[in-house]
Amino acid sequence: MPHPLPEGPDERYAAYLAEGRICIQHCGDCQRHVFYPRLFCPHCHGSSLTWREVSGKGTVYATTVIRQRPDKGGPYNLCLVDMEEGVRFPGRVEGPEPEDVKIGMAVAARIKQEDGNPLVVFDPS
Amino acid sequence: MSFRGKVAAVGVGLAGIGEAPGLSHLDLTAMAAKQALDEAGLSFGDVDGLFAANLQNIFGPLNVGEYLGIRPKLSEGTQIGGSSPVAHLIWAALALDAGLIDTALICYGSTQRSVAGKLLSPSTSEPLIYEMPYGPRYPISSYALSTSRHIYEYGTTREQLADVAVAARQWAAMNPDAFMRGPLTREEVIDARMICDPFTVRDCCLVTDGAGAVVLTRSDRARDCSREPVYLLGAAMAHWHRQISQLPDLTQTCASETGPRAFEMAGLTPADIDVLELYDAFSINPIMFLEDLGFCAKGEGGPFVENGGIAPGGRLPVNTNGGGLSCVHPGMYGIFTVIEAIQQLRGDCGDRQVEDAKTAISHGNGGHFSSQVTAIWGNEETL
Repeated sequence: MPHPLPEGPDERYAAYLAEGRICIQHCGDCQRHVFYPRLFCPHCHGSSLTWREVSGKGTVYATTVIRQRPDKGGPYNLCLVDMEEGVRFPGRVEGPEPEDVKIGMAVAARIKQEDGNPLVVFDPS
Repeated sequence: MSFRGKVAAVGVGLAGIGEAPGLSHLDLTAMAAKQALDEAGLSFGDVDGLFAANLQNIFGPLNVGEYLGIRPKLSEGTQIGGSSPVAHLIWAALALDAGLIDTALICYGSTQRSVAGKLLSPSTSEPLIYEMPYGPRYPISSYALSTSRHIYEYGTTREQLADVAVAARQWAAMNPDAFMRGPLTREEVIDARMICDPFTVRDCCLVTDGAGAVVLTRSDRARDCSREPVYLLGAAMAHWHRQISQLPDLTQTCASETGPRAFEMAGLTPADIDVLELYDAFSINPIMFLEDLGFCAKGEGGPFVENGGIAPGGRLPVNTNGGGLSCVHPGMYGIFTVIEAIQQLRGDCGDRQVEDAKTAISHGNGGHFSSQVTAIWGNEETL
């Protein structure tokens, strides 16, 4: 094939997760990390993205509680976590009551199985 | 490039504000369009530029054009969320100024209330695969996340957010078209059912039916129309992201870019603006837009709106129709920021009329604080 297709970045991310690894991309041109996965760096538009495993350490950047009736599962947390590498993950902090998740809270990423798929969630650290 | 004063709104129309059982979104759109054209002294046959995006047709201009029996020379249906009809002003102005068209009809209609759940929905038609596994309640949860950050960084209070909803209701009480006009107190907003912290149901826009339409033409032709023209002095758009997790600073939107660009084209500053129509999908929105558009410093939006700051008799008249919070919000609210601005500058607004209003701003928001469009209007004196 004259123009071989690259590996799909969404598929690559999911494959790493299935292996138990949380990996994001790093741009060899501007040295910034990238999430969600892409084929080109959204910061400098370079094309030298490679994969790196994250430390898993992060800080809650923003948080809310989605209110839901108890018979539908009750309230749950929704947050954004700034990872040590400088990317932001959407996520959920598990453990504390959802309203006790606070901005600035130190958290650690964990992979859990949810609805049959691996998903990154966070625990207080 | 500037189209300052080159085009003008010559007619506006509203239809089915609130509930319109038995009618389709196209019926409502047609009613609003007819009213706008009648005001202008024009007819459907005069429309050669059609600008229509909605949440019930993927190919909006095709459905609307077919229903109205319009065969446009040029049409536009850019869909960037609720700000879309405000963005269409820019394309209409360019096309009119270039002579590609002579009469532009911008229209929007929705039966979101009557057909609950049957709109084109991002959650079914466009999975956002990195956010959706966490169960966001779009779009509320995205604005709630942003609000959490505004509270954290600037000390914005629950009371200040509530005062935005109270102000909207006070304006709505003076607008016979508004859907919710009964009294509303700060305590009632705060004590209402919590939806997504810190928002209660009263911090969230209405879910209504409704349609709006605006007719634009070149300023030289506008002077021959039935009503006094309201001139487009400046307009600008921007978007930085689709998903809230991709906005670097959740307390700053790209209205911080569209405001300065629109003001530059208009040759005005925030201090020159008499009336503001700021897309209030949630109570945080006017606070953020007052800051981003330069009406107060970043972080001072909360104190600005507190204790009636944007209510009737306050320091600045904001959302004088009652806004998306109390007047109308049929899926996308942008067109209504345009219609109210024009009506205010023509002096059509009865009890809620802002005295001697010469300039007004229509600010559209789309997605999850994603797209921002600012339009600045003026009457004959401002040219």
